[in-house]
Amino acid sequence: MSVNDSQVKHIASLANIPITQAESEKLATAFTETLVVVDKLKKAGASKVKPTYQVTGFKNVLREDLVKTEYSFTQQEALANAKVTYQGYFVVPYVLQNKDN
Amino acid sequence: MKLNELTLKESLDALSKKEIKLEEVYADLDLAYAQKNKQLNIYLSKNEDALTQAKKLTDKPLRGLPIAVKDNFCTRDLPTTASAKVLDGFRPQYESTVTRRIKENGGVIYGKTNMDAWAHGSSTETSDYGPTLNPRNPEHLPGGSSGGSAAAVAADLAIVSVGSETAGSIRQPAAWCGTVGFKPSYGRASRFGVAAMASSTDSPGPLAKTVEDACILLNAFAGPDEKDATSNQEKAPDFTSFIGQSIKGMKIGVIYQDVKEIAKTNQKLLQELEILKELGASVEIVQAMDPHHAIGVYTVVQRAEVSSNLARYDGIRYGQDRSNFGDEGKRRIMLGTFSLTKGHADQYYNLAQKVRTLYLENYRELFKKYDVLVSPTSPSYAKKVGASFDSAMFGELEDMLLEASSVAGLPGINVPFYRDDESNLYLGASFIAPMWQEGSIIKVADAFEKNTKWNSWRNR
Repeated sequence: MSVNDSQVKHIASLANIPITQAESEKLATAFTETLVVVDKLKKAGASKVKPTYQVTGFKNVLREDLVKTEYSFTQQEALANAKVTYQGYFVVPYVLQNKDN
Repeated sequence: MKLNELTLKESLDALSKKEIKLEEVYADLDLAYAQKNKQLNIYLSKNEDALTQAKKLTDKPLRGLPIAVKDNFCTRDLPTTASAKVLDGFRPQYESTVTRRIKENGGVIYGKTNMDAWAHGSSTETSDYGPTLNPRNPEHLPGGSSGGSAAAVAADLAIVSVGSETAGSIRQPAAWCGTVGFKPSYGRASRFGVAAMASSTDSPGPLAKTVEDACILLNAFAGPDEKDATSNQEKAPDFTSFIGQSIKGMKIGVIYQDVKEIAKTNQKLLQELEILKELGASVEIVQAMDPHHAIGVYTVVQRAEVSSNLARYDGIRYGQDRSNFGDEGKRRIMLGTFSLTKGHADQYYNLAQKVRTLYLENYRELFKKYDVLVSPTSPSYAKKVGASFDSAMFGELEDMLLEASSVAGLPGINVPFYRDDESNLYLGASFIAPMWQEGSIIKVADAFEKNTKWNSWRNR
């Protein structure tokens, strides 16, 4: 199948990736090129086969529910790479905004 | 001879016999680094404290020897960028299990090596910090994504190195740089602290001058890790115990001889495999499932997992914001998002996982008859610098002979089997075995390597 410019823009917004108009057009071409290869999977005769999502066969891998301080960050370590912090917290962009602000 | 040119085994033996000193190893290595690193662009960061750290580790198994590590392994004392601008300036606050174990076993991280950004590629040309050049011929690419780690070994800028593979990223650069590359079974080495790409196939592993060296390093970091729920809880074997073993009576199947694009490479490999017959193994051509479908499986599965894994990079807790992704990263995240959207998930994502099942079934059948399967690692020699920009599918096509084994989680080793005199470039053979059966490929790869003339360290 082929992918058009407006589909690419929709995907970009879902993936939270800012793109320019020129990039969008280039990406539409690249996606179409890739999907030509991927579409050949339809000929592999797999429609009635069960999917494999992981190959190890391990099930329900659990560990004791214990706090291990050696695995935990201190507050200082957790914040060490953040560009903006406020009183020991991460500062995040607004999600909900009061219209009076 | 310079000491940075020794294999890991030779270095360990010479250190224990006190024939060489660590100071001399590091002096020779630093000199080679000064001469070659700027041109080849192998290391993104260098540990300036390496020798001091090394001197405290002389009684440990790796005796303080210098090891190169791909830049997608989190290291507390060195920057970790995965060659991506999004992680510019990031200093991990924790250590990957692989590098922690290497340090505990007496290895010193000499520096962090260049790679395709986020490991998205097979050229090391998509790095946000410029391409690495192939030390065997700098007009050519080293392959990737562990191109820096393969080049470090080939240029003698490391005794041994660590890479990671999702589908070919250890074995293909090893083939292009004329080194050994060993991808253990998925789940054999912990993914904890490795920048995630495709979590269902990501596998750390060694790149080395010989199969034996790769086994010595893998011994230092393989095995169960409760921080990675997909790691095998069984104790890993001593991988070096399979070195120097007889391969008499082993059954080896040669696959992909029917793939037209690789006729010339196939012919050369078939000739060289006569060695295994002389050593008492049986070698016969067998048909495997068409590798072309694996390109589609890998492309879909990898991009879907990428779109999920790279959603975490928002520039809030660490790193830069999402406008900093390069072209390849954007392409992969967005195609993955597309393949998981309502209406397309069945058509792409679920279909790919069904074809993955067909490959698993095909391998199960083949391994009833054969202990080890072998094919060329890459369709041909290392491509020229710039080649990766010709196609959005460059990596998938260069890795087409490895993708099926990767999505099946199988262990694989690349061993050089031919060198072209004119270009000085290598071809590599890929040996694969059933999951958790690393021993079989180690035996065969080691015997093959010792009896070819193509290992540039064994045949100095």
